[in-house]
Amino acid sequence: MPADKVILVEGLTKRFGDFTAVDHISFEVSRGEIFGFLGANGAGKTTAMRMLCGLSMPSSGKARVAGFDIYKENEKIKKNIGYMSQKFSLYDDLTVKENMRFYGGIYGKSDVFIKDKTKTILEQLHLTAEGDKLVGSLPLGWKQKLAFSVAIFHEPEIVFLDEPTGGVDPVTRREFWNLIYEASASGITVFVTTHYMDEAEYCKRVSIMVDGRIDALDTPANLKLILGAESMDEVFLKLARKATRVES
Amino acid sequence: MPAVVVNNIVKTYGKKKETTALHGISFETAPGELFGLIGPDGAGKTSLFRILTTLLLADSGTASVNGLEVVKDYKAIRRKVGYMPGRFSLYPDLSVEENLNFFATIFNTSIEENYDLIRDIYVQIEPFKKRRAGKLSGGMKQKLALSCALIHRPDVLFLDEPTTGVDAVSRKEFWEMLKGLKAQGISILVSTPYMDEAALCDRVALLQNGKILSVNTPAGIVDDFAWPLLAVKATSMLPLLHHIEKFEGAVNAYPFGEFHHVVMKPGSTAVQLQQFLEHKGHAGLIVKEAKPGIEDCFIAYMKN
Repeated sequence: MPADKVILVEGLTKRFGDFTAVDHISFEVSRGEIFGFLGANGAGKTTAMRMLCGLSMPSSGKARVAGFDIYKENEKIKKNIGYMSQKFSLYDDLTVKENMRFYGGIYGKSDVFIKDKTKTILEQLHLTAEGDKLVGSLPLGWKQKLAFSVAIFHEPEIVFLDEPTGGVDPVTRREFWNLIYEASASGITVFVTTHYMDEAEYCKRVSIMVDGRIDALDTPANLKLILGAESMDEVFLKLARKATRVES
Repeated sequence: MPAVVVNNIVKTYGKKKETTALHGISFETAPGELFGLIGPDGAGKTSLFRILTTLLLADSGTASVNGLEVVKDYKAIRRKVGYMPGRFSLYPDLSVEENLNFFATIFNTSIEENYDLIRDIYVQIEPFKKRRAGKLSGGMKQKLALSCALIHRPDVLFLDEPTTGVDAVSRKEFWEMLKGLKAQGISILVSTPYMDEAALCDRVALLQNGKILSVNTPAGIVDDFAWPLLAVKATSMLPLLHHIEKFEGAVNAYPFGEFHHVVMKPGSTAVQLQQFLEHKGHAGLIVKEAKPGIEDCFIAYMKN
């Protein structure tokens, strides 16, 4: 696999009975890229993401994530990726530092690594004074930024973000994207889903899933050009409205 | 008579009242109005909904729904309002039809009696009426929950974040449904964290950390935006933002879709910013005037 391609997907398919949730999708993601993975509810995004994270076996097709085969090496994939969603992130009843020690430990990092990294992150987020506070007591905006930093605590090749900014205020949402840019600049590949179409503009490339297939994949500028749309919102509506699959 | 009156409502949580969810907020909504509470998580939207639907007591202040007082007249209010909480709140082990029947029966009515009110929404899920509610997709659960909240023909409908986590297409459909309900004379109070949905309401309250930032029509909120606003774009967007932040004529700058929005000090001009950025060597530079949206206004209120 080419060294700069950290996700390689070819004809990936997942069937549940006679229902094809993910239907022969193919794409590549380069190292350090911010890749937007969009689609309507029920288009197959979550199923596809679960396969890429090594949590669900495909029905057919091939994929390599962080250099590992998703059939044979899914445990290695789990060690080399980070994951964060709006729903699951940190433990409210542990302190900020305890959460970091917990995640660092889970990923087998040394005490020295954990100590240094904790210090770096707290400084970066201006949270040094809050290190011994329970995560549950922090404002939501801080929690989301902290959750992202913890998801990349073990310096994974790729971080998967599933609607990371849902319900977050507009100022914090932008601070969150600054963290994404910084992670990308440091070489971490970012694979992100969102329902905010302005955030699709912040991605280098965007794919749009419709009825289990990838209907479009390009830079936001090219997608707008090809579809004759003014905004990503319009691009999304034009494509997603074609869906024929009844939500089930 | 107003549909909803909120008068200096305070709500705190915790043994020592250490968390204040609502800091004495006040507003009124008119009969038949589609009124939006716009704010992020933690703004206090759900606390307010629970107070108005008589499920939670405020620490102080008064509130009424259709002239009925939330504490004294709580039983009467419960008969007159429909409430769709943020979390899916139907019975997952009952079928679509059974859920609807259940809620109709509780309110001493029947599906047939009020079918005209829910028809446009319910027909979309009727093909699945034998399916258990727990097995429905997100969009279908939402339609069932709305049907159940309407089946007793409420005077006032409370919808707590009905579109959160819902894709752009389904969100548009949902707002179309609300327009239909409004046309039938139902007063609606709806909350959302999506700023762009504010434009679809008659009037909105912008809410942040338990305080109201502004109550107005969407157009009125945008008109109150007091500064010149520019949209700026170049080949390298991140360095561009860092450079704009160094421009003295700018009050604030932040990413906004494919552009950065720059809030300018009065008297600073687009030409000045253009020259400043050209001097920094930016390629593909576009600087143009922009119309502020609700999100720009929300950010401006948060910064002040």
